[in-house]
Amino acid sequence: MEKVSTITGVAVPFRRSNVDTDQIIPAVYLKRVTKTGYDDALFSAWRQDPEFILNQPAYANPRILIAGPDFGTGSSREHAVWALRDFGFRAVISPKFADIFRGNAGKQGLLTGVVDEPTVERLWAELEASPGMEATVDLVARTVTVGNATVPFEIDDYTRWRLLEGLDDIGLTLRDEQAITDFEARREAWRPTTLPAR
Amino acid sequence: MTVAYTEHRPRTLAEKVWDAHVVAKGENGEPDLIYIDLHLVHEVTSPQAFDGLRMAGRPVRRPDLTIATEDHNTPTLEIDKPIAEPTSRKQIETLRANCAEFGIRLHSLGDIEQGIVHVVGPQLGLTMPGITVVCGDSHTSTHGAFGAMAFGIGTSEVEHVLATQTLPLKPFKTMAITVEGELKPGVTAKDIILAVIAKIGTGGGQGYVLEYRGSAIRSLSMDGRMTICNMSIEAGARAGMVAPDETTFAYLQGRPHAPQGAEWDAAVEYWRTLQTDDDAVFDAEVFLDANELEPFVTWGTNPGQGVSLSQTVPDPATIVDPNERAAAERALEYMDLAPGTPMKQIPVDVVFMGSCTNSRLDDLRAFASIIKGKKKADGVDVIVVPGSARVRLEAEAEGIHTVVEEFGGEWRFAGCSMCLGMNPDQLQPGQRCASTSNRNFEGRQGKGGRTHLVSPLVAASTAIRGTLSSVADLIADGHEVDPRFRTIEGATV
Repeated sequence: MEKVSTITGVAVPFRRSNVDTDQIIPAVYLKRVTKTGYDDALFSAWRQDPEFILNQPAYANPRILIAGPDFGTGSSREHAVWALRDFGFRAVISPKFADIFRGNAGKQGLLTGVVDEPTVERLWAELEASPGMEATVDLVARTVTVGNATVPFEIDDYTRWRLLEGLDDIGLTLRDEQAITDFEARREAWRPTTLPAR
Repeated sequence: MTVAYTEHRPRTLAEKVWDAHVVAKGENGEPDLIYIDLHLVHEVTSPQAFDGLRMAGRPVRRPDLTIATEDHNTPTLEIDKPIAEPTSRKQIETLRANCAEFGIRLHSLGDIEQGIVHVVGPQLGLTMPGITVVCGDSHTSTHGAFGAMAFGIGTSEVEHVLATQTLPLKPFKTMAITVEGELKPGVTAKDIILAVIAKIGTGGGQGYVLEYRGSAIRSLSMDGRMTICNMSIEAGARAGMVAPDETTFAYLQGRPHAPQGAEWDAAVEYWRTLQTDDDAVFDAEVFLDANELEPFVTWGTNPGQGVSLSQTVPDPATIVDPNERAAAERALEYMDLAPGTPMKQIPVDVVFMGSCTNSRLDDLRAFASIIKGKKKADGVDVIVVPGSARVRLEAEAEGIHTVVEEFGGEWRFAGCSMCLGMNPDQLQPGQRCASTSNRNFEGRQGKGGRTHLVSPLVAASTAIRGTLSSVADLIADGHEVDPRFRTIEGATV
């Protein structure tokens, strides 16, 4: 995974709450067997509306999405993260994320920062006053800067450390392989096994 | 690192199962490493995970704790022919190749154990109390009905579990959802969970494991408990659980992979300890009066946007929170509904009876008990999709397929089908559907399709009357109904 520290780029004031992963990427795009090439799929239903914010020239090359609460609810599809990433997004800011989405994002180098609702309203107002304005998300300082406003965001220490270091989860876990083997040795016999098939 | 066995502290059910799976305790804000007892795999969220293993040269650590089935893309008609849609076929073929390469048991289309992954695990007796279950599917919460800790994961985590049989996880908070009382006839598990979600909201369970408790939960069958736990994710929770009891043990005993003999006895002895201790404290508590519940239905585009069927489409102008108000306005526009419209006046084009929420034998029996000997409303398509090939055969042994066909409905083969329309089963733009599935998101059942989430009983009643309806409405119309519904009071409820 690539290291993440400071992200600067066009920020999108995304005035929507409860953006579920079926909206981020409809199921019809989940039939692919690759991990990249999902940029065409991002918000595909909404993008058919010419008025949709990501169709506006000012937001042609966005890097930061600033959304309403309950972002990423619903299906566990990691394709939602891949689609945001392939479209160019490197950070999403919201007052509240769905758990699975946030976990998936952290494993793919997509930064998710939490700020409260009044702060999101303030960032939206700043961005809407100057469409296409750049913002900066600083993972070291845990701040978002939009124009003259610099506000803190929340991200847990462990995810932040992994993003800053670009660490691979499986590699981290395999440091504990002996503990896994020891645990397996004391598992009870009644626990299920799928093989041999009965 | 130390292993945590904190057996003297009063604990909730979720904490007991968690503690029993800690491989390595996280320190300084690091997550715990949690052992996974059962990993369920399907074709949609696994191809990139297997690719990752191949690139890193890693094997699957425990093929004997892993099982795969084909469900999301599988057709529900003409299953003996090659899958017509090339990308769906490719995804299925990729799963077959990956399972063969990595030694994973797979139940393919045409196999008696093929079906929706969350129907297959329980029917094989693989899902049991006190285990951890994961799958690259958010509705893995279903398996919590057995007192298992079961949750959905993303593809990176699928790869992680394939490689290590563990996941690094931070402990969840715990929330008690207590439902006391007796459900009225015509009110079901689906109505309980829709009411819970409307009460706490689609983000209300975020960060929590929900434990469903109380007399109304105890009185449910395993199929009903699975319906409730299934939709925990729709309240934002990763997992939902019900403590195991005699209903659980009776369901499991004798199933192919349930423990046998002395192992069964040892397991049941342990499973009986999987109750929340009397003095344990939940991080949050919610109460619901089962006596007050009515059939519930959604009007909007997220599962929290629901009301009792006897009510009207709400007016967004009365919603205080600006974000929620905007979401409601957008939802009504998408759903083409006007505020104040009685829910029961809303006509539908399609009734979908199926999905991992409501496609088990109890669900099909409930649906069939209402439609038996009747004809569907003109202009309404009725599609019935059993959750697995085995459920389909069991239903056929009871004659349910004949009941559906004589009603004018379609009796299909097993799979996820119109819950998310990855196969050809999709709504057309503008079509309105009463669906026993779990998500009413925009375009979920087909681009431009409009979804109302309902119970199997409401689905059946709606299929007869053509508008969203309850069993009570059938009685008011003078229909003969199954004797157990004749006690319904006030036929216009």
